[in-house]
Amino acid sequence: MEIILLLLLVFMIIGSIIAIETKNLLSSVISVGVVGFSLSIIFLMLGAPDIAITQVVVEILILVVLIRATITTDNTAIEGPRDTFPFVSSLIFFGLFLMFAFFAVQEIPKFGEPIMKVSKEYLRTGPEKTGAMNVVTAILLDFRAYDTLGEATVLFTSIIGAFVILRRKGRKGKADVDKEKFGILEDEDIKKNFEGF
Amino acid sequence: MDRLEQKIKDTSKGMTPIVKTIVRFVMGIIVIFGAYVVLYGHLTPGGGFAGGVILASAYVLLTLAFGKEMGLSKMSNTGASILDNSGALAFVIIGLLGFTGGYFFYNFLPKGEAFHLFSAGSILLSNIAIGVKVTASVFAIFMALSIFGRIIYKAAEGEETESEE
Repeated sequence: MEIILLLLLVFMIIGSIIAIETKNLLSSVISVGVVGFSLSIIFLMLGAPDIAITQVVVEILILVVLIRATITTDNTAIEGPRDTFPFVSSLIFFGLFLMFAFFAVQEIPKFGEPIMKVSKEYLRTGPEKTGAMNVVTAILLDFRAYDTLGEATVLFTSIIGAFVILRRKGRKGKADVDKEKFGILEDEDIKKNFEGF
Repeated sequence: MDRLEQKIKDTSKGMTPIVKTIVRFVMGIIVIFGAYVVLYGHLTPGGGFAGGVILASAYVLLTLAFGKEMGLSKMSNTGASILDNSGALAFVIIGLLGFTGGYFFYNFLPKGEAFHLFSAGSILLSNIAIGVKVTASVFAIFMALSIFGRIIYKAAEGEETESEE
């Protein structure tokens, strides 16, 4: 069991390195997908079907959106030499992270033997207090519904941000939009520029 | 049904008729599965978020296969944001209704019999609200990224020298 988990983790690390290093944008997107699907298999093996379902579905949707976005761009190959400063600084910070993680991991309880002081209480009283047989949902929407409200707020805010950045027209007058025509196009220009979806 | 057959045979928009025919069969199954995951989130694995993303992926599949007019006719941009807002509002209202029993997010409905659909009080309502919200918002993000993003890319390519500042 642990060996398979380790193999999947190594697979994920290889996938993310390929995603960064490869020149082709499409194969980079597919390598990101490898990471997500391996993660969902890990969740499934650790006995968390709720989060595994969410991971699989979100991963598929993100892959579709990203492939959709990369196929439309003509220039899929990334050229040019790598900057040295970001590379060196990320190496230094990775080394620092490893050093602190080495000390922090020694305090964590062993794999497969969690402490479970709070969650034992939830597991014991969850079904009778909330009536929900799925304890994950009972925690998400009853004991910790505040967290779910925060999550919904994050999603809501991100969608407002995406709409503001990607919307078709500014909220100025139409004449101003006509004057400076870059970044945002009018309907007739859209018809000219591409047909169909 | 006649118009749908016409849309399947029309090759100018969307993908090939093979994809369209398969999407036509699979759509219903995906929607039923998504609704099941949302509604039975308190009994089986899943819940509002996972089911909502499944429902949104059904819309995304429809949009990819039949073209953007079909997707926008099922759920327009404005409709998506109205659904998104109403889902979020419904979730907050469910939380506020908890004050009838004492505190924020109090489970104010009767618990019911275990392992039945109406068993967990307000959890079912919260799941439905979150499912509606996630469906609308994920579909809106897909539309924004795949349609508006293309326009912005083409515009930047065409007139990149016109920087005003």
